[in-house]
Amino acid sequence: MYPQNFRYTKEHEWVRVDGDIGTIGITDHAQQELGDIVYVDLPKVGTHIAQGAGAGSVESVKAVSDIYAPVSGDVTEINGALADTPEKLNADPHGEAWLMKIKLSAPAEVSKLLSAEEYQKYIEAEK
Amino acid sequence: MAAASALRATPLNPVHRALGAKLVDFGGWEMPVQYSGIIDEHQAVRRAVGLFDVSHMGEIEIRGPQAGELADFVATNYARKLKAGQAHYSGLLYGHGGFVDDILVHKVSEEHYFLCVNASNQEKDFAHIRESNRFDTEVELSSARYVQLAIQGPKGPATLQKLTSVDLSKIRYYWFTDGMVAGAPARMAHTGYTGEDGFEIYVAPEQAERIWNEVLAAGAEFGIKPCGLGARNTLRLEAGMALYGHEIDASISPLEAGLDWIVKFDKGDFVGREALERIRASGIKRKLAGLEMCGRGIARDGYEVYVEGVPAGWVTSGSPSPTLNQNIGLCYLPADRAKPGLPIQVMIRNQPVDAITVETPFYKRAN
Repeated sequence: MYPQNFRYTKEHEWVRVDGDIGTIGITDHAQQELGDIVYVDLPKVGTHIAQGAGAGSVESVKAVSDIYAPVSGDVTEINGALADTPEKLNADPHGEAWLMKIKLSAPAEVSKLLSAEEYQKYIEAEK
Repeated sequence: MAAASALRATPLNPVHRALGAKLVDFGGWEMPVQYSGIIDEHQAVRRAVGLFDVSHMGEIEIRGPQAGELADFVATNYARKLKAGQAHYSGLLYGHGGFVDDILVHKVSEEHYFLCVNASNQEKDFAHIRESNRFDTEVELSSARYVQLAIQGPKGPATLQKLTSVDLSKIRYYWFTDGMVAGAPARMAHTGYTGEDGFEIYVAPEQAERIWNEVLAAGAEFGIKPCGLGARNTLRLEAGMALYGHEIDASISPLEAGLDWIVKFDKGDFVGREALERIRASGIKRKLAGLEMCGRGIARDGYEVYVEGVPAGWVTSGSPSPTLNQNIGLCYLPADRAKPGLPIQVMIRNQPVDAITVETPFYKRAN
């Protein structure tokens, strides 16, 4: 369920690092908790975001949920397709429905994030 | 679920868990917010039929020779004008004209009125009514004796009809009757909070699980779905119905909320009357208006509304509308601006997003 090559936050984001680029998304647990996702608000390309700072939001029918950047860096790309098909976040949150790519400014942050096992344990304990 | 133990639960709570519902804290009650998904459940109610557990709602009963007098003194609508077997929407007000609660009043007989009130307001309502009881009546908070199920949607009546010998086609909208549902005594009311046809039934808690399952089985041929409070909210919002704590609360009078029609000044004295007359004479300052988003974004409860660049009001409810495929909402605006067609901006995370005021209800069923 939770890919081994991702790192996770307690706020239910994931990051996958390829070289100096981190791809960011929300976890399957997050989309389940949110329910039908109807709107995704992402930062502009070029925005610098610090780890833990707000990096847009995801809205379900019921509520708004902030996205927090799992790592610091500059946004290099956003998943524009989500503007018209936000429901993809419910269907494929770990794949097609990634949110944004960030050029890492502090790559050491990544190792402090949760592993797949740690994240899974964390959400089990939350239940 | 250690944290959940402090929450109150309806007798159907284990059934919701078994169905895989997502449970949330709703005003101190652990209630299903969704089963299959809010949009899916919403569409089931608009197109066929949905079943809601609304047992968290409270019941208060007024009995005695002057039951009608008390009902008319504490609530704004004209209860004594109801016929036995008829119900209406009404308001309980404070002396200053703000809402204690919004309620449904059912007249069972000349000496018995049955009120359906909001879950988290029931103790407050009960105390409020008792304080005003200078009549020959008894007031009882009887919530524990009832489970309330809402069977809503164009196929709602047909679903319930399979479980009762009462001819439901004879029960007009906002009328009710007592009879048997699946072999158990029930009060069947042709009422609802979805803007769709359907019934709300009141049954004994011991029968709740069995009747819940019988309703689901009866509705299977129509594609019935169990529905949570999430869909209940989007349905009522499309129908332009108020929700306590959003459109109405202690600081809002019925005149502002567009609920003048539940206030009957021709019936004698009632709690809040003087204040409402004062408000009416001095001019109503703000009014509820419908809005539709033009720009991207969803208006949510509490967001500020700007008119011509100036803060002018606030959003009371907002959501995507699954039926209209539009982001809709309700907001308070200065009374002289609260008319359809006014360009407004909703502040969404510090960004003004264009919207326009529109007529309500957003959705009205065909028949």
